[in-house]
Formats: sequence, structure tokens, C-alpha cells
Amino acid sequence: MSDLIKTEPAGTDEETAVTFVPTATEQGAQPGQGPEARRSVSSWHATDLLAVAGAAVAAVALTFLLFGWVAPFDTPLGFVVVAYLLFLGTYTVLVSFDENGAAVRDRLAAVLWQSIAVLLLVVLVFVIGYALWRGHRALVHPNFYTHDMSVTGPLDPLTKGGVLHAIIGTLEQITIALAVTVPLGLACAVFLNEVPGRYARLVRTIVEAMTALPSIVAGLFIYATLILSLGMDKSGLAAGMALSLMMLPIIIRASDVVIRLVPGSLREASYALGASQWRTVLTVVLPTARSGLTTAVILGTARGIGETSPVLLTAGFTANLNGNPLKGPQVSLPLETFELVSSPQPNMIARGFGSAGLLMGLVLFLFIVARIIGGRAPGELSRSQQRRRLAASRRRDAERLRGGGVPPGARGTARSAHHRTGGPDPAVTTPSGR
Amino acid sequence: MSATAYEPAHPAEDVDDVPRVLRGAGEWQDKVFRGIARGSGAVVLGIMLLVGVFLGYRATKALHVAKWKFLTTAAWEPDSHHFGIAAVLTGTVLIGLVAILIAVPLAMGTALYISEYAPRRIRRTLVSLVDLMAAVPSVVYGLWGAFFLQGHVTGVARFISEYFGWIPLFKVSGTDPRDPLSTNTVYTSSTFIAGMVVALMVTPIACSVMREAFTQAPGGEREGAYALGATKWGMIRTVVLPFGLGGIIGGTMLGLGRALGETIAVYMIISPVFAIQPHLLQNGANSVSALIALRYGSASNFGTSALMAAGLALFVLTLIVNFVASSIVARSRSGAGTEA
Repeated sequence: MSDLIKTEPAGTDEETAVTFVPTATEQGAQPGQGPEARRSVSSWHATDLLAVAGAAVAAVALTFLLFGWVAPFDTPLGFVVVAYLLFLGTYTVLVSFDENGAAVRDRLAAVLWQSIAVLLLVVLVFVIGYALWRGHRALVHPNFYTHDMSVTGPLDPLTKGGVLHAIIGTLEQITIALAVTVPLGLACAVFLNEVPGRYARLVRTIVEAMTALPSIVAGLFIYATLILSLGMDKSGLAAGMALSLMMLPIIIRASDVVIRLVPGSLREASYALGASQWRTVLTVVLPTARSGLTTAVILGTARGIGETSPVLLTAGFTANLNGNPLKGPQVSLPLETFELVSSPQPNMIARGFGSAGLLMGLVLFLFIVARIIGGRAPGELSRSQQRRRLAASRRRDAERLRGGGVPPGARGTARSAHHRTGGPDPAVTTPSGR
Repeated sequence: MSATAYEPAHPAEDVDDVPRVLRGAGEWQDKVFRGIARGSGAVVLGIMLLVGVFLGYRATKALHVAKWKFLTTAAWEPDSHHFGIAAVLTGTVLIGLVAILIAVPLAMGTALYISEYAPRRIRRTLVSLVDLMAAVPSVVYGLWGAFFLQGHVTGVARFISEYFGWIPLFKVSGTDPRDPLSTNTVYTSSTFIAGMVVALMVTPIACSVMREAFTQAPGGEREGAYALGATKWGMIRTVVLPFGLGGIIGGTMLGLGRALGETIAVYMIISPVFAIQPHLLQNGANSVSALIALRYGSASNFGTSALMAAGLALFVLTLIVNFVASSIVARSRSGAGTEA
């Protein structure tokens, strides 16, 4: 509980205490010192910055001293760890010169959490950058995107061979997976929200349970059923099925959450205007949740594209270009990466990193598209969308005032039913019709 | 007089007020819609149950042979009916535990930073970055672990085993710390390194669950703590963390569930052994998913059943962990209804 004591800058205890006592304000105004200085309420002061900088410099210098002169340490990792610990220590000492215990703990906690966050982000950038950096030797050659590996031996230079077959395979397999999961997943998510009941609860529980299915087990299931029992070849189709099995619960759960966020008042407004249930779903629920649903599907796609283990069991491996997902083995980018880097040849490893970089680029692209389209709660608009809605609303109002009859944005169909129920400011609540 | 119409004593006066028929013209369309919706639910349910039932059916064939020894045998020779998951399940759990021990402080620190310390402007960007981290393919993490981390972290492993080798978990045999010529190869491909890589993969999911719980800590209590003179850390300790406790535990468990099922990154790093390997830093480890990836190709019909049994055991484990996690998270989200 000692943390609950708010600290003041050192040396001001008495003055501040006096200013808070109403009877003592007259003598607490300290007439000799002129007009009262405005207090800075910013959470950062110059002294804080100085303390951090000073502690950092001191820690790095001390570590240099320790590593260069005192002890025979050598690893860069050790240097960083020791410097960081010294930094924490020095910073504690520096802050404790002019703060009390609670404030020192506060500063220390702030530094600790911030450095953890920075560490995580640095590692993230590093992991992504590492694949791109090691792969750039392969990625700069145009043949990497236009050739397959059918005539390329392990010792061939990087100017020969490429991963076109893996790119084609990835695109075809993810298309198959999306063709299965998007209709089925969205329909199931709509079902969970629009037809509630004991049956929907059961389905939701089972879907939730299936998100725990390890992806390799999904691959093993397809391998045992389609390939071993039904005698299918290892093929792009089998890989697509394994990916769908893995992505289906993910997409259903994400869309379920998004559709659940659609305000009930919108639905009720639609019903109150006499719209039927399927019309309400089609014109109110789905358009309201559109950006969220798109994000859910795209992020599910990103997960599926990068998944190796189900594909490893079901797609087989080939160095040839195989555009037919129904017949013969078909490799995908993650699988190609996995196979290439298990070769001892440096050029093959570079190609492996290259295809990992390509895969990473694909995922990044999908991710950025998802962020641009969605990531907002239903009904929440971006600034430009808000401006557009506001302008449209003003235009409608102007026309109405001029006596132009029914404004163009409010035709009498169920599609715009909620436009009129949205109150005086449709810009905020209308989800559909950009 | 209009007031009398509302009195229950004279209901018969209101001849016009018959109950309205609430069915609209689109009744059959709604029926079709609900039918399709129910049908899609049934298809999903069917697929999921098929997976479960098929796994269970094939697994029982193997379990029938192995009986209880399935849980206690470390070797994997299904064709001579001598197989069990003692080694691989231990390996899976150890990798998961190492991963979660590393991931939880990282996830919690990042979640606290994003929800409490980060300037409002960059908060959305940070959230997107953490989400991006969840979307990075596991093979990319595996590459990083196998080609970069493997070479750089052996020094740490050596350090730990030299000074903390008296703890059985950190013991490494086959090397002499006083021998300057000893190689670092005994420290590679270990549970520890696999755990570190998996930790990075599960941190984002744990982080986003925790962040959500932290941001839901009520503003009134926060300001109350400040009004009582708390420092920021005091406020976090007395308001945010207690309110976010469910999120912390749930996020940890969800991360653990994800860590247990991870395949390809682990497979790329470890060198598989079929014995119980309690030494975290020692070369050689194993996990259920790596076992499946390793053995599916050469498995006979019965061998596949045995692999299915192992997969089922893993599935049951992650299922339990996930259900506990989601029930904890759901309980901590009281009053999060969105009905307007």
C-alpha cells in the first residue's frame, strides 16, 4: 500500500501541504515570491529524461570497463544483458536521489514495461528482417519468380531455378481452402448469431473445441481419410482440404465475434420496419459487420497461407510445376522453404530463405490490406468515411429543406430502412451504402 | 373517454383491436434462410464430429493393443507393438512450459505498455504490430530459430548449465565446463531453444488477451486510485492487475494451448530422441507433433493408428487447456455485453 503515497518533487513537501489547507492559503501564498508560478502537469520532466540518459551512458561505460578491463567476458548478448542490468541499477540510484520509495518503484516499473515492449517489437522486426535479409540474394534474381526447380541441381547458381511452382501451389491451395471456408464459415457464424438456441450453443462449443485442434492433427486426419482410406493421391486438393479444416474454426470464431458486435438496436429497427429476417441479415447485419468480416477472413487466410504442417502431410513434394491441384503432388511456399533449408548447399538455403521472404511479403500484404479495410468495430468509421457521411447527410438535409420531396438516400426499400431510424444524424449509425 | 379503453373491465368495447398477425409475406423466405443457416451449422458440426470420431476410432485400435503402457512407454516402435507417448508428451509439455515462462513476462509487459503507457497516437499501430506477429508463418520463426538463435544462444545455455547445473533440469552431460576445447554442440537442438522460438509465437495471442482485459479495468477505480495519491505503478498494481487477473491467466493458458500444438518450428530445431529428456539445455528433445511429422510417411496402417492415438492425446491436452482458458476469460469479461 505504500505505493499509494503520491510523491512530490523533493523539498516542496511543506509548501504543497500548506496550499491544500484552505485556512492557511493567505500565508501559504508567500507574498515575497511574486505571482505564483504555473505548475507543470506534464508527466515527463527534464530531470526524468536526464536520469534515463545519464543512467544509460553510465551503464554502457561501466559495461565497457567491465568487459574490456576487469573480466574476460566476450559475447555481445552478455554485454547487452549486463548493460541493461547496470542501467536498471544506476537508474534506481539516480531516481532515489530526489524521490521516495514509491516513486522509485513507479519509475522502475515504467522503464521495465517499456523496455519489454521495445524488446518484443525489436525481435519481431528482426525475425521478419532476418528472413528477408538472408533471402535477398535469391529474391533479386527475376528467374526466382518465373522458373521452377525441375532442372535445377543443388550446385546450380542462384540465376537458375525458382519457386514459381510453390507460388502457384500456394495460390491454388489457399483458393480451395477459401472456397470451402468462406461460405461455410460465414453461414455458420450467421447461424450462431441469428438462430440462437440450444443447437447453436452446441455448435459454438464444438467449434471452440476445434480451434484447439493442432494443425498437424488436421493434416494427419486428411492424410488418413482422403489419402490412405480413399486412395487419393497426395495433391493440392488434399492440402487445400487440410488447410480448410484448420482455418474453418478460426474463421467461424472470428466472424462470430464480429457479428455479435452488431448493435441489437439496428436489427430491431429493421424488424420494426417490417423487414423479414433474411432481409435484415442481408441488408443490415452483414453490411454493418462487413469490414470486420473481411478482416476475419483475411487474417484467417494469412494464418492458412503460412501453415506448413498440414501441407507437409498431404501435398507431397515436387520440384516440377504442377498447375493441376487434383492430380499429383503440389508444393507450397512454406513447404518449399522447409524442404530447401534442409539441404546442406548454401544456394539451396538461400533459395529457402528467399521463398520464406516471399511468403512473408505475401502475409504482410494480406495483413496491410486487412488493416486498411477493417479492424474497426461495426459502425465505427474512419475519418474520411465520417466526412463523406456528414457531407451526404448535409446534402440530403438541404434538399429536404428546399422541399425536394423524398431525399435520394432514403428510398422506401428495406435496404435503407435504418437510415431513417438512425435519428437526426445518420452519419454515425448508417452502416451501409458508402 | 379514451381512458376507459385501457381499463381491463371493458375489453369488449374495443372491437377493432384484434391481435395482429405478426407473420409477414416473407415467411417462406425466412424459413429457407433459417434452414440454410441450420444446415451450415449441421455441416460444420458434422465435419468436426467426424474428425473427433474418426480420430477416436483409429486411436482405439492402437490403444487396444498398447493398453495403459501407452502412457508409460518412451519408445516408438508401433510395428513391434512397443510404443507410448511418455517421451514425446513430456517433451511437448516441457517445450510448452519453457515457452510460456518466457512468453508471459513478454506478453504482460507489452500488454501493460500498450494499455497504460503508450501514447494514444501509436497505440493502434502497436496493436497491429502485435497482431502481425501472430500472423508471421511458423516456418519463418523456425528459420530464425534454427539458423540464427541456435548459434547465438548456446553461450547462454552454457552459462546456465555451468553455474546452475546442480539443478537437475539444467544439467548437461557429455561436456566438461573446464575444458576450453569442448564444443557447444551438446547445447544445440535442445528443449530450451525450441521453447524460446515457440515463446515468440505464442506471445502475441497471450498479449492481446491480456491487453483487452487491462483496457477494461474501470476508469472510476483508476481515477479513485489516483485521487488517493497512487503513483501510476501503484494504480496498475491495485486496479489494473486485479481486474485483469482473469485475462492474465486466460491469456497464459491460451498461449500454452497454442504452444503445445506447434509443429514445424519445433521440428526444424530439435533433434528427436525417444527417451524422456528432462534436461532442458541438452541436445535432443521431442514433441508429439514432431513425432507425427517425423513418422507419418513410414508408418504402416497400424503405425498410423498409433500416430492418431498420439495426436488424440495431444488434442485432448490442448482441449482441456483451451477450455479452462476460455472459461476463465469469459468469466473475467462480465458486463461486456454489446446490446445497445
